[in-house]
Amino acid sequence: MAFVIKVNGNSHSVDVDGDTPLLWVLRDVLGMTGTKFGCGAALCGACTVHVDGVATRSCVTPIDSVGSSEITTIEAIGATAAGAKIQKAWLDLEVVQCGYCQSGQIMSASALLASNSHPTDADIDEAMSGNICRCGTYLRIRDAIKQAAQSSGQGG
Amino acid sequence: MAIEHLPSRPGAPEHAGSALSRRRFLQVGVAAGGGLMLGLRLPFAGDARAADADGFEPNAFIRIGGDGQVVLTMPYVEMGQGTYTSIPMLIAEELEVDLPQVRLEHAPPNEKLYANPLLGVQATGNSNAVRGAWRPLREAGATARTMLVAAAAKRWNVDPASCRAQSGEVLHAPTGRRIAYGQLAAEAARMPVPENVALKRPEEFRLIGTPAKRLDTPAKVNGTAVYGIDARPPGVKIATLAQSPVFGGRLKNVDDTAAKAVKGVRQIVRLDDAVAVVADHMGAAKKGLAALVIEWDDGPHAKLSTSQIASELETATLNPGAVAQDTGNTDKAMARAVSKVEAIYEVPFLAHATMEPMNCTVHVREGGCEVWVGSQVMARVQAAAATTAGLPLDKVVVHNHLIGGGFGRRLEADGVIRAVQIAKQVDGPVKVVWTREEDIQHDMYRPYWFDRISAGLDEKGMPVAWNHRFAGSSVIARWLPPAFQNGLDSDTTEGAIDLLYALPNVHVEYVRVEPPGIPTAFWRSVGPSHNVFVTESFMDELAAAAKQDPVAYRLALLDQAPRAKAVLVLAAEKAGWGQRLPDRVGRGVSLQYVFASYLAQVAEVEVSKDGAVRVRRVVCAVDCGTAVNPDTIRAQIQSGVIFGITAALYGEITLKNGRVEQANFDTYQMLRMNEAPAIEVYIVQNSELPGGIGETGTSAIMPAVANAVFAATGKRLRKLPIDPAALKQSP
Ligand code: FES
Ligand code: FES
Repeated sequence: MAFVIKVNGNSHSVDVDGDTPLLWVLRDVLGMTGTKFGCGAALCGACTVHVDGVATRSCVTPIDSVGSSEITTIEAIGATAAGAKIQKAWLDLEVVQCGYCQSGQIMSASALLASNSHPTDADIDEAMSGNICRCGTYLRIRDAIKQAAQSSGQGG
Repeated sequence: MAIEHLPSRPGAPEHAGSALSRRRFLQVGVAAGGGLMLGLRLPFAGDARAADADGFEPNAFIRIGGDGQVVLTMPYVEMGQGTYTSIPMLIAEELEVDLPQVRLEHAPPNEKLYANPLLGVQATGNSNAVRGAWRPLREAGATARTMLVAAAAKRWNVDPASCRAQSGEVLHAPTGRRIAYGQLAAEAARMPVPENVALKRPEEFRLIGTPAKRLDTPAKVNGTAVYGIDARPPGVKIATLAQSPVFGGRLKNVDDTAAKAVKGVRQIVRLDDAVAVVADHMGAAKKGLAALVIEWDDGPHAKLSTSQIASELETATLNPGAVAQDTGNTDKAMARAVSKVEAIYEVPFLAHATMEPMNCTVHVREGGCEVWVGSQVMARVQAAAATTAGLPLDKVVVHNHLIGGGFGRRLEADGVIRAVQIAKQVDGPVKVVWTREEDIQHDMYRPYWFDRISAGLDEKGMPVAWNHRFAGSSVIARWLPPAFQNGLDSDTTEGAIDLLYALPNVHVEYVRVEPPGIPTAFWRSVGPSHNVFVTESFMDELAAAAKQDPVAYRLALLDQAPRAKAVLVLAAEKAGWGQRLPDRVGRGVSLQYVFASYLAQVAEVEVSKDGAVRVRRVVCAVDCGTAVNPDTIRAQIQSGVIFGITAALYGEITLKNGRVEQANFDTYQMLRMNEAPAIEVYIVQNSELPGGIGETGTSAIMPAVANAVFAATGKRLRKLPIDPAALKQSP
């Protein structure tokens, strides 16, 4: 069956089964490979996107549940204020190693920052513990979120 | 700097060789299209030919073009350790150009250079890329600089000594003239090659030792970085697979009626020991796979269990093995010792669980095969694909990609072989993607090891005899057979022999036992990940037996190892060693010399009443020689520590009825943000040869954590992962 979904401001019509996870629609049908596959079971966060601004695991989000929601992926997160700050902090603090988990990390972190401009350590734990980084970049992720938050405080 | 992924065919860049150097390990000539070309050989583990001038074959090339761009083609790949940033620093330093002026290209697989298994194999698998490149790349940079200066001096008709190089230009200070490298490159290629070039002294470094920004990062924060799993050749189909759940089992029967009815499913591919579903997208492929009714013939390992493997290893350690070290007379010293400490240690099978699950895209056509993959071993991939496809090597083109975590997993070509088997039955390109469950249950595992270790102590409690025998798989014996000799290989024993401590009588034996049916592989170091846990935990046992402080006990044995002593003192001091801690909180120390780097760690752990261990803080002091990019070193050690804590607390692959019991991140747990300790890294600055760093943090943290648990609870942990049940506070 055909579904019309809105990704990064553009509408796409896709003809897949209704239970197809959004992740595969993005990666394999639409060719947007920035969103990553890590576990397929909401255990790692690599596939995180925003659905109406909420960090969501796309690997367990059936396409027929998306409706007219606005989906934002890593490819467009830099166009949001929080996303741009997070990306900048990620570069400034040299967070990334292999980089594979980082799309998901950045999506989780920018959702956090957009809803909470001054997250505490506990807030960061809460928002980020669903995202695994096998390269162990957690410390720098925490610092980068704090730096991005600080820049929010200064620049609005 | 752009990172280009070259197709595999073009072979080595042209080098006209108009001025072939007499220097033994450097070729200098005119690049194709004019410009200056230098060919050099970067050493690899086991590369015997580097020492042979007659057989000199460059495997890395530096090209300075008319546009002034410096292009480095080299066989090392980026896996997140910052190799792509540290390596160009070495050339840029001596060549006197700025870092952005250096561009890096993957070397294509080159059967002539790499077909010999002793060559070109371990570069990015062994922490040693910077170490190997340290001298050759700087020499090449300095040679090119000297020739560029000479070319400018000739053009201006001045003394070369009155010119100097800076930021990609040659300057003549007395007259203020300057000229860019690009304009000199062609002339420089015709200048005589200097026999000797002076390398900078460490105090003259302007790049090396400064924290440089990673060059591969921007694409990794905006979704544009392309990993193997992101390859999308036109018309690609997606496949996922089920392999025999028991190693060595076979596919008996498949009913695919329901699978074929799934929308988007195109084809079911049957292999001897696996079945794959080919579809328009992974969602359909997975749904189709779930709809298959598969019957397996479990084969000879149908009853295999971990406990059976462990007991085979235990039995094996009752018999002598290959002698890895024999210093002094251990038997005699043991007989005379005042007291004796004995222990048995065990470490489990471990999966890699790289964040990017195994995948490989293949297009088999009439008379040719194309492969898209992220690999540390391009030549191996090419050879494996050729053999599996039944094609000559030159009909296989491999496109290398970024790697979403290696840790040793991408030193293997098993996934490529599997993908080619499937692609042979598919019309058009097919991307084979392992589910996480398949990835974990069909990994090639860090071996299980079983160790017997004992020591004799003198009246002061100091060790006078050290006897260690362990049994397990040798990865090298399969992976690089010529390097396995007399029952030994250097990887399996690293960290067990030639310890830093003054031990007068040492005897170490290794018994090779391959687990039935279970493939083993490198795993963020192999030998050290096991040996350092055993030896450093046991050293702690000796200190406890001698009723001495673990740091003081080690220091007393380190008079001959000043660099080791220095890192240990530094780590202890920064960690506040000896300061009081609350109940059920303890500090543990470890010290190691592996991959030519010294590393001391102090871990601080807290053990809850129910036995759960939380690592609160880790202090690391490292001496890895010249710290080329200190920021990368810190990141790499932090990374290794997290990886090692995951292993110490959770890591365990077990088998029951021949099947791996763990499947996804719920049963094969990873350390997460909320559990990550504070990690401080202190770097001892010096100008020694750079040591490896990527794997060091992992081996050092396991004993540090176990020793800290001992300090906190009095319970000695001799088996990993840590069993919280054993640490429960008795009511
Ligand atoms: S792939 Fe979705 S959470 Fe892991
Ligand atoms: S950077 Fe490699 S998994 Fe996070």
